[in-house]
Amino acid sequence: MPTFVRTDKCDGCKGQDKTACMYICPHDLMKLDQDGSDTGHAMKAFNQEPEQCWECYSCVKICPQQAIECRHYADVVPMGASVQPLRGTDSIMWTIKFRNGLMKRFKFPIRTTPEGSIDPYGGKPAADIAKIGQAGVFTLGGVQKAGDPSELIRK
Amino acid sequence: MAGTFGNPEVVQEEVDILIIGGGMGACGAAYEIGPWLDAAKAQGLDLKVKLVDKAAMDRSGAVAQGLSAINTYIGSEQDPADYARMVSNDLMGITRDDLAYDLGRHVDDSVHLFEEWGLPIWKQPGDEGKPLVEGGKPVRSGKWQIMINGESYKWIVAEAAKKALGTDRIQERVFIVKLVNDKNRPNTIAGAVGFSVRENKVFVYKFKACLLVAGGCVNIFRPRSVGEGTGRAWYPVWNAGSTYAMAAEAGAELTMMENRFVPARFKDGYGPVGAWFLLFKAKATNAFGEVYMETNKHLLDDFPPYGQAKVPASCLRNHLMMREMREGRGPIYMDTVTALGKLAETMTPKEIKHLEAEAWEDFLDMCIGQAGVWAGENIEPEKKNSELMPTEPYLLGSHSGCCGIWVSGPTDLGAPTDEALPGVPEHLPKGWNWGYRSMTTVNGLFTAADGVGASGHKFSSGSHAEGRLSAKAMVQYCMDNKDFTPELEDSVDDLVAEIYKPVRNYLEHKDYTTAIDVNPNYITPKMLQFRLQKIMDEYVAGVATMYQTNAKMMEVAEMKLEMLKEDAGKMRAKDLHELLRAWENYHRILTAEAHMKHIQFREESRYPGFYYRMDYNFVDETNWKCFGNSIYDRKTKTWTNFKRAHVDLVDKSKLFK
Repeated sequence: MPTFVRTDKCDGCKGQDKTACMYICPHDLMKLDQDGSDTGHAMKAFNQEPEQCWECYSCVKICPQQAIECRHYADVVPMGASVQPLRGTDSIMWTIKFRNGLMKRFKFPIRTTPEGSIDPYGGKPAADIAKIGQAGVFTLGGVQKAGDPSELIRK
Repeated sequence: MAGTFGNPEVVQEEVDILIIGGGMGACGAAYEIGPWLDAAKAQGLDLKVKLVDKAAMDRSGAVAQGLSAINTYIGSEQDPADYARMVSNDLMGITRDDLAYDLGRHVDDSVHLFEEWGLPIWKQPGDEGKPLVEGGKPVRSGKWQIMINGESYKWIVAEAAKKALGTDRIQERVFIVKLVNDKNRPNTIAGAVGFSVRENKVFVYKFKACLLVAGGCVNIFRPRSVGEGTGRAWYPVWNAGSTYAMAAEAGAELTMMENRFVPARFKDGYGPVGAWFLLFKAKATNAFGEVYMETNKHLLDDFPPYGQAKVPASCLRNHLMMREMREGRGPIYMDTVTALGKLAETMTPKEIKHLEAEAWEDFLDMCIGQAGVWAGENIEPEKKNSELMPTEPYLLGSHSGCCGIWVSGPTDLGAPTDEALPGVPEHLPKGWNWGYRSMTTVNGLFTAADGVGASGHKFSSGSHAEGRLSAKAMVQYCMDNKDFTPELEDSVDDLVAEIYKPVRNYLEHKDYTTAIDVNPNYITPKMLQFRLQKIMDEYVAGVATMYQTNAKMMEVAEMKLEMLKEDAGKMRAKDLHELLRAWENYHRILTAEAHMKHIQFREESRYPGFYYRMDYNFVDETNWKCFGNSIYDRKTKTWTNFKRAHVDLVDKSKLFK
């Protein structure tokens, strides 16, 4: 199911050298056609290798113009359905349209904290260098499950 | 001077520790390493670290799309020994208890961090809003799994990793393709080389230690969908075997590369079945509604003691399904109609609506493509059952698979300190630990997650925890080796020439023909991948032969793979994107070759349902209850396979009825 970019919505991320979809695609599929030589649509992005698309929707979710959608892969899925998300900062909304016209909508939480708010070491203890070679020890507090010693039959 | 496509700029950088990859393992390492670096600094040692990812950390690795569950959470009710037992059972008895146990006693801390950072974790009624760390009871979909709203799982974990490490220590869109050994100490790592997929730049790193966490391997077998659907692999298609191939070329000992994972999933979209089996209590049936796990139960008796386990191994469950397929009683279905119908009997309409949302979320969180298949085929699970199908094989060490690299384990669990079986090459360590947790048999080269073999069932949380264990050990290694100055075995010029060879092949020959894809002087990465997939599918137990092979078929595969490996030097790259594909496919070939060599070496069928050696179609506990390991010599391009003795560190008899 490759993603596709709509010519009426994509603005090439306003002339920056790198679009949001190029930035995010884990498989390096999205490409900005700078001069239109690849697609006939200058300064718009496209999926340069659709048969390698994992349909992870990373590009769909990040596109600031909602210009990217999926057309379920042509060699497998009957035509006419769509699955489209709208990802916010704390939840994601999905609209699923079946081939027969049935619609389903779902909203799921995605995060309980504000984006960018993580304080990785806040309130965590410093590492104890004396324990660097000790098995079974993490540095930053939290649980370490000792386990029942009688389970270890060779000790 | 800015580089050109024909003559790239060379960027050389010296660090102490390089992290290769950006997935859960790398993010775990990036997080854990901070305080240890501070501690080392307090001792007067200022260590330099860099993380290099071929993609963007926000969405890289196997969790890029999200997940609907965390599959490894031990919780208060289970012991790390229970976890080690489960891992062993699912992987047919041959796993390293030291590695699994160690992971089991660490993993929950990573899960607690995820929740602290903002990952929504489902709680039991009454415990909503109460964190796990304070005793909040999770919703378990199985003994080890907990349910989450995981669309942004990777985004959250990456944010923590990026903040911990700092963006100036992170380099995205650089694909490391080759490790370089030390000039004076051949069994020690000294550097790595790669290239930018955005600019004409080659990167040469020198370091004391590196964490190689570049995922498992997908697309070495011909996928069931070969058009646009090629990309719809169950495991992420960008996992190209880079971890195994680069480690093998550096001389690291591999283990259990014969193992593979063939998940039985919803057909075509490869959507998850776990919640359907575990949470909704659905059953899988043949075309006639017969539950094959019951009607074929007697087949389990062929594999003592594993068939007698309370929960049969994943491969054995496949084995029972495949009998139905072979004997013509397909399609196989997940009986969603009966399952949802039963649940609805005792539920209010509001609860049913909630249940339906949960079923869809399972797909939308981690496998949106499956939602697309259902929408396209008008499948409403309460009205229509959905087909199941075993996928093409994948190689990995973090899910229900245990191929990977042989690493040093923890010292306090009673692991062997000597080797009981003959035939292990002299220069390799004898016991299961040699100083630094997660270090491979090459000094300074560490791995985690999909990279660590002979364990498995780490999943996302365990991969993160394993990355953390490695980070700590790498700092320790660097402190112990602070006076070591790495020196690259190969010249930078040679390395750059090697990396950009596909570009040169292209520029040199492109004008020989009118059609750039058809040229007797080079092969496109795509066609090379097709060739690899054809060989593996037809001779090394792919879907074409219903996962069957034998020594004679592998003899043919061996010859064909050797020629393919030679022809890999003739791959072309017409742009940086294709250069990425060229090197990914080179890694795939080496990984595939390792897989084949290991299956060839192991004269039994250890994983019925994942693959069958028809010339040894049985599990042979007498001769093959042992690790199958190997090393690769990159100069002679040959493999050496050997056994290592298997030892139980926890009592496995508790598994069996």
